[in-house]
Amino acid sequence: MDEKKETAVAEASAASTAGVSTKKGGPLATAGSASSKARLRVAKAYKMYVGGAFVRSESGRYFQVKSDAGQTGPDPETVNVPRGSRKDVRDAVLSAKNAQEPWAARTAYNRGQILYRLAEVLESRKDELVMSLARGGLSADDAAREADAAVDRSVYYAGFADKVSALVASHNPVSGPHFGFSVPEPLGVVCVVAPPRPALLGLVSTVLPVITSGNSCVVLASDVDPRTAVVFAECLATSDLPGGVVNVLTGHPHELATQMAKHREVFGMDVWVDDDKLATDVEKAAADNVKRVKTHGLPAVEAWLDESGAQGIGWIERFLETKTIWHPVGL
Amino acid sequence: MSTQELSRTKSAIDKSTASLALEFGHAWDYAPAPEAKDHVRIQPRYDLFVGGRWTAPKSGKYFLTTSPSTEESLAEVAEASAEDVDLAVKAARTAYEKYWAKMRPAERAKYIFRIARAIQEKARELAIVESMDGGKPIKESRDVDIPLAAAHFFYHAGWADKLDYAFHGRKVRPLGVAGQIIPWNFPLLMAAWKIAPALACGNTVVLKPAETTPLTALLLAHIIEEAELPPGVVNIVTGAGPTGAALVAHPDVNKIAFTGSTEVGKKIQKAIAGSRKRLTLELGGKAANVIFGDAPLDQAVEGIVNGIYFNQGHVCCAGSRLLVEESVHDVVVKKLKDRLQNLRLGDPLDKNTDVGAINSKMQLEKIKELVAAGEHEGATRYSAPCALPDKGYWFPPTFFTGAAQASRIAREEIFGPVLTVMTFRTPDEAVEKANNTMYGLSAGIWTDKGAKIFWMAGKLKAGVIWGNTYNKFDPTSPFGGYKESGFGREGGRHGLSAYVEVV
Repeated sequence: MDEKKETAVAEASAASTAGVSTKKGGPLATAGSASSKARLRVAKAYKMYVGGAFVRSESGRYFQVKSDAGQTGPDPETVNVPRGSRKDVRDAVLSAKNAQEPWAARTAYNRGQILYRLAEVLESRKDELVMSLARGGLSADDAAREADAAVDRSVYYAGFADKVSALVASHNPVSGPHFGFSVPEPLGVVCVVAPPRPALLGLVSTVLPVITSGNSCVVLASDVDPRTAVVFAECLATSDLPGGVVNVLTGHPHELATQMAKHREVFGMDVWVDDDKLATDVEKAAADNVKRVKTHGLPAVEAWLDESGAQGIGWIERFLETKTIWHPVGL
Repeated sequence: MSTQELSRTKSAIDKSTASLALEFGHAWDYAPAPEAKDHVRIQPRYDLFVGGRWTAPKSGKYFLTTSPSTEESLAEVAEASAEDVDLAVKAARTAYEKYWAKMRPAERAKYIFRIARAIQEKARELAIVESMDGGKPIKESRDVDIPLAAAHFFYHAGWADKLDYAFHGRKVRPLGVAGQIIPWNFPLLMAAWKIAPALACGNTVVLKPAETTPLTALLLAHIIEEAELPPGVVNIVTGAGPTGAALVAHPDVNKIAFTGSTEVGKKIQKAIAGSRKRLTLELGGKAANVIFGDAPLDQAVEGIVNGIYFNQGHVCCAGSRLLVEESVHDVVVKKLKDRLQNLRLGDPLDKNTDVGAINSKMQLEKIKELVAAGEHEGATRYSAPCALPDKGYWFPPTFFTGAAQASRIAREEIFGPVLTVMTFRTPDEAVEKANNTMYGLSAGIWTDKGAKIFWMAGKLKAGVIWGNTYNKFDPTSPFGGYKESGFGREGGRHGLSAYVEVV
């Protein structure tokens, strides 16, 4: 399915760029031959974000992503994106595992502040996000709408961090001389396979509820528009989020999803793929360490913009444990 | 003080510290106090309870259920084939569509209240049959299993018409037909844990009891019949592994709830991959019971005994790894040894019995194998010197000292009255050792310091933490595990989400 998808994407890109007159010849062409004032633009290397650092795939592999908007900004029309490997998954899970307990140990207030900082950074880099989404094939309006929604979703979860407990914890009126209560706790490391579209909002909507409660996360970004995920990762890197809490991999679900599912240090998975066989394989592999695994088909892009369905306590609850504590009461 | 006096005082101190033994003399030699069982009715043969009727299995097969304490056969029980399971699922589906999903929630509640009341009315009979069929001491089935089973129905009945409050204003709907598979350690109680929330949330049920302990579930079927529940709302299909597998594989089941071993749980999770069936698993455990040096040690010893010897250690949340702070290790072991002298093992129907029979021959073999492994790996074994009855399956309360973290008895769930004692020096080391397991169902903490309990409770990766107590259960209190001890909760508001879909 993914090979097919890739071909489809390539065709779509080819079709959309066919009518656009783009200057051929790369950076030199843009610089022009005559003007001495012209400046050679600096293109960005797109990298994965693991343990707070931007890295290439250890495998050395890459895949190419074309721009649907032609050449805009400093980047060339086609960029090379790391094609993550099994070892990259393992490295990312290790980073996530090391980051998880300190992240969970921060106060909920502090986690909320960091998520709010993320919203601020996203807002300030919105032009870049919008441009990236447009390269990924969105109209300017759709791109702007998605970026706005992504910022707002970050604000939403920023304000949720210190309310989750009040909503899902309980005092248990047990029959006997005991004080009993149940509190939510994070699962640990949760792996997310983000939906291909919407590339930014899908990523934000799946990752943020996972980390709001203190989980850490390894997310495989959309392979249709991985550039936007990398821009998002750059926002994460500048938002005071400790390295390793969110690790963004680029690559293909059919290569990496079952590797995530097999990993024994991963306790939860949230998988958004339009491929029943892959979803089944993930569920099977996940049984090996009794993972909490949720697989979904792909909702329409509109559904992700719907605040009543695409965000909420349910999104956080899915990757929580409940810890029940008893203690005798008496003199 | 003269030299003589000094030495007398010293010898008195020696005497008092040399033996921290509890002195009971012969005060513990109780006369037998057997529970009368002449009023209990066990039918010679039980059919399947499907669609509100007792029906002979299509398989034509029956198996015997025996008493593990006497090896006597108690009854013949139908063995449900895949075809029988299919009929049960169809009956449940019909009941779901025709009656249960349409019923006013308040009416649903009243049926469940009826079940709770009938269990209370028949409590003595149920307790006796539970002890006969499963081997557990009557004091436990009478004081724990049966009252809690009634309480679970009573608790969940009230939820039926209050579900709109349970999920922060989000609407919920039932899942449909729930297939439920339960173990042999708390037969009626596990049936209650499964059936009560499923019914309250508007689902219908096909329940498969364990093959060694089917009787109380069948008595519950009679109660359900007498409570006049619409036919097919609860169906009971008896049988062994293949019956359960047929239920898991059935395409018209919307939800599987399983309590049992981690090994089987993983198989179920694999089997339903891609099916969109909902799943909750309550699996094995290897709980750490952590004793700090500042704990009230006599109470802690009671907690250790309750943690591992309750129900012959056939408890998924049993405190089977004792982590003792090094400074008090010798004292705790001494006190534990003394306490074990006074545990009474024997006839489950005797009201004085503390430790009953091992549930089955197969389980006894498994316990023996792991105990042999413990000895082989060099740990020191201590078993209570109690006489074992000639007939039936028995194992004396036992503990090991000097076991390595990596040994089988420290890692594997024994599911018997066998404790592995290990030590730690710092709280951090206690946390690390306690969490050093693939399981995460429960844990115990014993200390006099409140702050330490909360610190420790926060660090332990386990679903239920008992501070200065152990093995306490209540329908209002969510129960379930972290990691490979399964997912989902049973009891409390949290338990409801296993049986509804938020819309």
